[in-house]
Amino acid sequence: MMGAVKLKSEQLTAYYGEKPAIRDISLEFPDRRVTAIIGPSGCGKSTFIRCLNRMHETAPRTRVEGKVLLDGEDIYSEDPVRVRRRIGMVFQKPNPFATMSIYNNVSAALRFNGRHPRDYVDAAVVRSLQQAALWDEVKDRVDTPATSLSGGQQQRLCIARALAANPEVLLMDEPCSALDPLATTKIEELIGQLKKDYTVVIVTHNLQQAARVADYTAFFYLGGLIEFAPTEDLFERPRERLTEQYITGRFG
Amino acid sequence: MESTTPSPPTSTAPIAKKVPRWPDRVFVGIIAAIGVGILGLALGIVAVLANGAQQSFHRFGWGFLYGTTWDPDHQIFGVVPFVAGTLITSGIALLIAFPVALGAAIFVTTQAPRFLRGPVGTAVELLAAIPSVIYGLWGLYVIHPYMETVVEPALKTNLGWTGLFNGPAYGLDVLTAGLILSVMIIPTICAVSRDTLLAVPDAQKEAALSLGATNWETTRTAMIPYARSGILGGTILGLGRALGETMAVTMVVGNVDKVPTSLLSPGQTISSLIANELLSSSGPLQTAAILECGLVLLAISLAVNVAARLLVWRVTKTGGPITL
Repeated sequence: MMGAVKLKSEQLTAYYGEKPAIRDISLEFPDRRVTAIIGPSGCGKSTFIRCLNRMHETAPRTRVEGKVLLDGEDIYSEDPVRVRRRIGMVFQKPNPFATMSIYNNVSAALRFNGRHPRDYVDAAVVRSLQQAALWDEVKDRVDTPATSLSGGQQQRLCIARALAANPEVLLMDEPCSALDPLATTKIEELIGQLKKDYTVVIVTHNLQQAARVADYTAFFYLGGLIEFAPTEDLFERPRERLTEQYITGRFG
Repeated sequence: MESTTPSPPTSTAPIAKKVPRWPDRVFVGIIAAIGVGILGLALGIVAVLANGAQQSFHRFGWGFLYGTTWDPDHQIFGVVPFVAGTLITSGIALLIAFPVALGAAIFVTTQAPRFLRGPVGTAVELLAAIPSVIYGLWGLYVIHPYMETVVEPALKTNLGWTGLFNGPAYGLDVLTAGLILSVMIIPTICAVSRDTLLAVPDAQKEAALSLGATNWETTRTAMIPYARSGILGGTILGLGRALGETMAVTMVVGNVDKVPTSLLSPGQTISSLIANELLSSSGPLQTAAILECGLVLLAISLAVNVAARLLVWRVTKTGGPITL
């Protein structure tokens, strides 16, 4: 009943120094679906998602074992730069390029990809901002500094920036944790739209959010994968005692 | 009942009635005295120089500022040869030092293997600890002959058409002085640039990396623009040092009181002039003129600093497109 698998981890173990932060994670992400990763603080969910686009290894003294397959090919035997162009990422705190205008933020990835004609870049910027549901709010001021936007707008700008790179997968690492409820609602609605075109993986500590946006949910605990199921099943009929205890608020 | 303001409830907790305020006042008094004292010192320097330069003011007026002759035999003095020498040597120094220093800072912060970062950074900073007279000696005995016999003849043959390298190759000239100065200001520019590059938040770097930026693209789009005001500040600090550097320059600049006509002309900077001629002055008028040159140097340094501040302010204010 699960659709085609877009992204898949096989026995993934990631280290900080000598200490493994996640152990032996095998997980499949269905194509153009939203998969949420939940779990208490320190369970390794952020580490895991950062292994999916090879961001984990950019920090000092880190190491990854195992495989991550994108369309069946191991991203760890490819050029990380190319991998990250296919798998975009949105971070916990909005991080627009502080010195750039809105326009230049969104078009940054296109400048990395070499030269493009101006009208192509223009079109991509407009399309990405529309996809991120930000266009109407900024269309008159795309040349103003990105830092002049509100927190929620900045996060949608970061989503637009990631989309402009034309990725196939979008990773979101607690994208709403720094936002107010209204901005959170907007991002959640947006995720519902994005899954038409992208495979979305979202890390969240907010169980309701997982229940609202995700088709599938994975529960992590102490660096291990405890349970993975369609969201409804996981929340209503958890198979594992730990999962049940966590979603009923008995710890975490 | 004169007042409708409700009186605060009388607390039973015995809070100290009064926190003593005199330590605050003493502290403020001390730092205010220091602050005002520094300002007074600066004004005092200007006043002393201006006072000493009075004779030169009366004799030459504004003409001093555009006089190109410095002739103790006929008691004619103008500041232009030294302003030119100062600006040319510092300009050369900046042109050479900036790319080297920024490159080293980028290498240390982003490219160098972790175990190399400390040692390379320390080595660069050690350059700043070498006394300037040692740089002068090095310039005189090592760089000078090399410039005279190898570099300058080569420049003349290959780039002579630019007109920048006219005249005989002495090896003791504004080019050599600029070169020595560049080595002296590299540590300043490098250290400040490195610190500001290190201060760029990881989130900014990750933003670029996650979009598929290469290492260099990350440095260029996320790090350098973020650190630009600090880099600029370090550069101005370096330029300030170059403008005022005396000993090393005096030893290699050639000490000729004429406006340099090419990069191979021997010349004189304001500080080397003061070092060379103040104590062997031909008379009170020359002494006054030398002091007025000192005032001009102060004005140049001040102008550079103000310009830099304006630039930093302007650059950090705009979020426009980044082109480097």
